[in-house]
Amino acid sequence: MSIIYMLLAISVVVAIIFFVAFIVSVRKGQYDDVYTPSVRMLFEDELVKSPAKENQPVNKEKFN
Amino acid sequence: MESCFHCGEDCLEELITFEKKSFCCAGCKTVFEILNSNDLSYYYDLQEAPGISPKLKDDKYEYLENAEIVDRLLEFDHEKTQIVSFSIPSIHCSSCIWILENLHKLHSGVKSSQVDFPKKTIRISFTAEEISLKNLVVLLSRIGYEPNIYLDNFEKKESEHDRSLIYKLGVAGFAFGNIMFLSFPEYFEINEFWLDQFKYLFRWLMFSFSLPVVFYSGKDYFISAYKGLRSGMLNIDVPIALGIFVLFVRSTAEIVLDLGTGFFDSLSGLVFFLLLGKFFQQKTYSFLSFERDYKSYFPIAVTRISSEDEQVEEQVQVYKIRKGDTVLIRNEELIPMDAEILEGQANIDYSFVTGEADLVNKAEGDKVYAGGRQKGSIIKLKVLKPVEQSYLTELWSNEVFQKDRSFGFQSLTNRISKNFTIAVLSIAVLATTFWLFADPSKAWNVFTAVLIIACPCAIALAAPFTLGNLLRIFGKKGIYLKDASVIERMAAIDTVVFDKTGTITTTGQTTAEYEGLELSDKELQMLGGSLKASSHPLSRSLYSILQHHGIRTPDSYKEYVGAGIECDFEGNRIKIGSARFTGESDSEEISNGKTAVHISSNEQYKGCFSFRNTYRKGMSGLFQQLSRDKYIIVLSGDNEGERDRLLSLLPVESGIHFNQKPGDKLEFIRQLQHGSRKVMMVGDGLNDAGALAQSEIGIAVSENINVFSPACDGVMDASILSNLADYFQLAKKGVSIIQASFILSLVYNITGLAFAVTGNLMPVVAAILMPLSSISIVIFTTLATQILSKKLKK
Repeated sequence: MSIIYMLLAISVVVAIIFFVAFIVSVRKGQYDDVYTPSVRMLFEDELVKSPAKENQPVNKEKFN
Repeated sequence: MESCFHCGEDCLEELITFEKKSFCCAGCKTVFEILNSNDLSYYYDLQEAPGISPKLKDDKYEYLENAEIVDRLLEFDHEKTQIVSFSIPSIHCSSCIWILENLHKLHSGVKSSQVDFPKKTIRISFTAEEISLKNLVVLLSRIGYEPNIYLDNFEKKESEHDRSLIYKLGVAGFAFGNIMFLSFPEYFEINEFWLDQFKYLFRWLMFSFSLPVVFYSGKDYFISAYKGLRSGMLNIDVPIALGIFVLFVRSTAEIVLDLGTGFFDSLSGLVFFLLLGKFFQQKTYSFLSFERDYKSYFPIAVTRISSEDEQVEEQVQVYKIRKGDTVLIRNEELIPMDAEILEGQANIDYSFVTGEADLVNKAEGDKVYAGGRQKGSIIKLKVLKPVEQSYLTELWSNEVFQKDRSFGFQSLTNRISKNFTIAVLSIAVLATTFWLFADPSKAWNVFTAVLIIACPCAIALAAPFTLGNLLRIFGKKGIYLKDASVIERMAAIDTVVFDKTGTITTTGQTTAEYEGLELSDKELQMLGGSLKASSHPLSRSLYSILQHHGIRTPDSYKEYVGAGIECDFEGNRIKIGSARFTGESDSEEISNGKTAVHISSNEQYKGCFSFRNTYRKGMSGLFQQLSRDKYIIVLSGDNEGERDRLLSLLPVESGIHFNQKPGDKLEFIRQLQHGSRKVMMVGDGLNDAGALAQSEIGIAVSENINVFSPACDGVMDASILSNLADYFQLAKKGVSIIQASFILSLVYNITGLAFAVTGNLMPVVAAILMPLSSISIVIFTTLATQILSKKLKK
């Protein structure tokens, strides 16, 4: 049953990793604006829709 | 009626067709052209008619060439990278985000840009070598997103976010989860071999997890309790801090002495739930600022004419202007200091300061005060008092702007916590005394158990969740309150003071009444033709009223500044303007006290159009509803011309006071408060700022939430002002919900105390009771507020 020590250590380490990830994300400002990213993520793909873009494959790469 | 493809407004004045699309003005068409030619027409696919019609004056941003001002505005400046943040109030939809984040396609000098939608700000990184700050601002303005650059941008750079509550909540949540998981085995299994082997390790792990919870996440409660005790107040944080402290000490003692597992699970859960309540209450409307003063509206720079050489104009930072300097103020510019007119005719719009829409005419040699906006030609001014000492700025040095209004208000929670704390302490002492005689070994256990179980977690959660929910409901309807405590204060209001102009009347529309000799159709058409050419605001509004009669184009047109206009039509002469200008004596105009435009035809006086404010819809109904349990007062900076109409709107026992200057309004509110009344002030302009700050609650009414609000406790959309009475009801019911929650949580506390005083409090009981009471309070308050808001919809 001494495996418990090992399991316990792993579980605590995993928990701490997530905790640190949380702290880092707050520190980077990810919780400062929780609305705009939800809109922003819907943009990019649809840019290709512009007909002018299709004639200019050079520009197109920029967005992919 | 065609509506504009770009901004969605009806094309009233003109209709421009371009690429089979209609536009309401050249500005909108230009934006479309710019976007279209840069392959950015996806802007219009995202949202229908998302645009804002641009209003650009070319020389408006000259001051952005001044290196010192640029340096202050830039957040970061190193070689080829410059970063700047702007507040852009016209950001309103997903198209706005998209176009602003694709600025780099409009100009190669822009590297990247990021929009913060809730705050309505944009952060742009660019290369100054390729695009100067001025050109960047011009670019933004040209596509309809004019940034706000005012004096307060000059003083502070981006303030740091306060993220400590999120950290504390994160720490508490992390520890709560882990401790729960570690304490689970001991809840049910007793005297099991392996458990006995590991329980010490588990316990010490729980202990170490609980350390940051007590000393970091919970530290605000200790600080607040200490402050409360020092000022002789038993606030709600006193029993909470006591509970946390006793939980920690007893649990530590138990594991050190090997008496049991302790209550680390309940401890971390308690702190976690309390912080959750705090977090929930902390709803802020970041795009609104409730602490604005004149600095949010004053320009950052003015044009100075250097004294040695009269010809040189330079853009100078407003704070550098000294007494005796000569400055130029152009059309639509704000005068930032008290000054004397050297040259030119001033038509000053003081609506920003006083709420009055009429222009004030001043000639050479007259004094003008800070805060006025010049309309018309360029004027040259000699500065008498610099910005910091001007009349308007001194209004802000009044002490009411310094004091914290929520101070001195006893919240319901704090009122109940005093009795609660005393009751809990007496029960603890009584129970301990009993057990000291009955079974001394249990006395310590009972004493701590009472303090633990009585920790008023549920009571402390009732107000944050109820008020936090109401705050969101209010926000959805169009009342943006500064914080949750405003709702509680709102429930106690017994007197409502309204400002008149701009608050209960609309600022836009006016109606005109004609008195005098009848005008023929021909005369009306000539009138229309004359008015169309004039840019005076009264002419504009009269023109819109008379428009439908048709117009005749005048042969000659002459405008006498400060007096009126004169037009000739095939031998007929029309004069429009002041009474004296049209040949009528002044006496009548003064006697009826109304704003009027006088007309004469062929030197014969015809009569006058007198303007009246239009009252907002539903005002009479609102006053009736409010007067049931509140005293209503109307304060007006105007003369008494509207007394009779106001009297017909107001309930009998209300008060009306005219000719109130900003200082008078403040003093009036103070007098009411001395008569132990709880006053809510509803106002709109800077002239109400003092009164808004002095009253228990100051609500600013605004037709466009983003544009203007003086320092206040709440900003309200003008269109819902007539529903104000409903929100008072809602606030009152909110307080009843809190009271009901108190009763519910007392039931839990009494149940818990029954376990505690008999000495039977097991960790598992505490671990169940604590979250159960908290969660049921949260559910109860959320449901109750939702039901209330449903009723409000109608």
